[in-house]
Amino acid sequence: MEAIRYHSVRLDKDRCRGCTNCLTQCPTEAIRVRGGRAHILDTLCIDCGECIRICDYHAKVAETDSLEDIRKFKYSIALPAPSLYGQFRNLRNPVYVLEALRAIGFDDVFEVARGADVVTRAIRERMRDTSLPRPMISSACPAVVRLIQVRFPDLLDHVVDVRQPMEVAASIARAEFCKAHGCRPEEVGCFFITPCPAKMTAIRSPLGQAKSELNGAISMTDIYGLILPHMDAMMKNPDFRPSTRYGVGWAMSNGEANAVCPQSSLSVDGITNVIGVLEELENDKLQDLEFLEGNACIGGCVGGCLTFENNYVAKAAIRKMVTAMPDVHPDQDVPVNMLTKYPMKNDVPFRPNDAMKLDDNLLVAMQMMNRMNEIMERLPGYDCGSCGSPTCKTFAEDIVRGHCNEMDCIHVMRDKLKVMAQEMVALAQTRRE
Amino acid sequence: MDALIRQTYPVASADYTSAGQASGDIKRRLKKLGIGGDVLRRVSVASYEVELNLVIHSLGGELTLSVYPEYVELVSRDVGPGIPDLSLAMREGWSTASDEARSLGFGAGMGLPNMKRNASDFEIKSEVGVGTEITMKFNLA
Repeated sequence: MEAIRYHSVRLDKDRCRGCTNCLTQCPTEAIRVRGGRAHILDTLCIDCGECIRICDYHAKVAETDSLEDIRKFKYSIALPAPSLYGQFRNLRNPVYVLEALRAIGFDDVFEVARGADVVTRAIRERMRDTSLPRPMISSACPAVVRLIQVRFPDLLDHVVDVRQPMEVAASIARAEFCKAHGCRPEEVGCFFITPCPAKMTAIRSPLGQAKSELNGAISMTDIYGLILPHMDAMMKNPDFRPSTRYGVGWAMSNGEANAVCPQSSLSVDGITNVIGVLEELENDKLQDLEFLEGNACIGGCVGGCLTFENNYVAKAAIRKMVTAMPDVHPDQDVPVNMLTKYPMKNDVPFRPNDAMKLDDNLLVAMQMMNRMNEIMERLPGYDCGSCGSPTCKTFAEDIVRGHCNEMDCIHVMRDKLKVMAQEMVALAQTRRE
Repeated sequence: MDALIRQTYPVASADYTSAGQASGDIKRRLKKLGIGGDVLRRVSVASYEVELNLVIHSLGGELTLSVYPEYVELVSRDVGPGIPDLSLAMREGWSTASDEARSLGFGAGMGLPNMKRNASDFEIKSEVGVGTEITMKFNLA
């Protein structure tokens, strides 16, 4: 089992009121309320950020790096996710955003959309291998990959083993910077400008790679206000090679599928919708499909919980910008030698996360399941969350796992009290002989 | 030997809104038990097919999951109408699905052959006017 050591999503204890909002919304049932506050179960959390979105008290937060952290390196490069472009209405050209990033202190900028161009070509090459299971599943959304590890481990061999755009972008950016400035790789810090906590987690606890090419991630909401006053300078670098409209399109749901395999693909956004489609795939109901793109957030990365702009507005802004860009596909735009010059493939396989499993021993697991069934019969089935577990089913499982007991259910407790009260009345009415 | 896990799911005729719930729960239970890989995939496919068969073709019935230390068993029993010609029903591409079912993408005539292909052991008994019983076993080892 792959232990996830680091999580970007965390709890602000002082703000948590111990309500059931995040508890019942978590797609992997990774939250429990115990002792009046929420606890995130490290083994089940996929860092999708749903709890951050849902919490009225802002008690769920995403840990990201700050702009000061770039000073830990002699040189720093900003790698903006293409969803950053969607944060500005009427943005005519990404170069304004890139120059603004330079203005706030980065020594260089490299578009992750350019990384997406290269990855598009790399995935298309990978898809020539007909022995790989179909549909191939995108690995771009780390929350979806972690969801598959937890809930659909048997689909892991469908996940594309090509690196994420931010990783490929960082490899290229660092190598080009070192070549141009004659410095050593370790002197250069690569910082992703992230729309979500899942990417931050993927940098600290990489998926498919032993070590991330990135040194940190800065939240889009933190960067937004800082770059806004600098959005007026044109590109100073005459050799700048912009990404294609396809690479930028990865910011939105269907962007990757449209670039990689428009003729036979399915794209699904929103974590519960992703679960639904993966169930279909597991039931073998998605035949004749070549590529599957899943995004945990509604609308794709523009819907990330660390973005500023409304996801639909951001999508419209990006669509407007890309339609003005020339229609050149990465197959024509990315030189083929890029695929061999930089690392494209994962060096670590995606491993299943068996945190859902009751026990390693089948007989023990079956006994536990039977005990869960017995307990379930005594529970009201309201799924109210008052006990601190998301559903009655999960509560029964938590009891069997030894984490709580039946009296933590206020309904069971009330019934028990009723019986006890009646017994006390009966006792009080007993006449003295 | 007695089954260590036994769960019965009633399946109503023509209830397309809850179709897939029984097979979904079966899959969830197997995952909880740590049964994965090839067996999970085959049980998933077969349980979904057999549940859909109950919805589309039967007058109602039930699906029972049993887990033994050596194998998983699925039994589907319905109260009719029964299959007049079993060898014809087992043929790929042969279907009596209604237009309603076909409009939903079912009725490709692959249900029974698909179940047989995925189960380690497949048995079907049917009597017109009485009902159909399908027993499928999936070896764990």
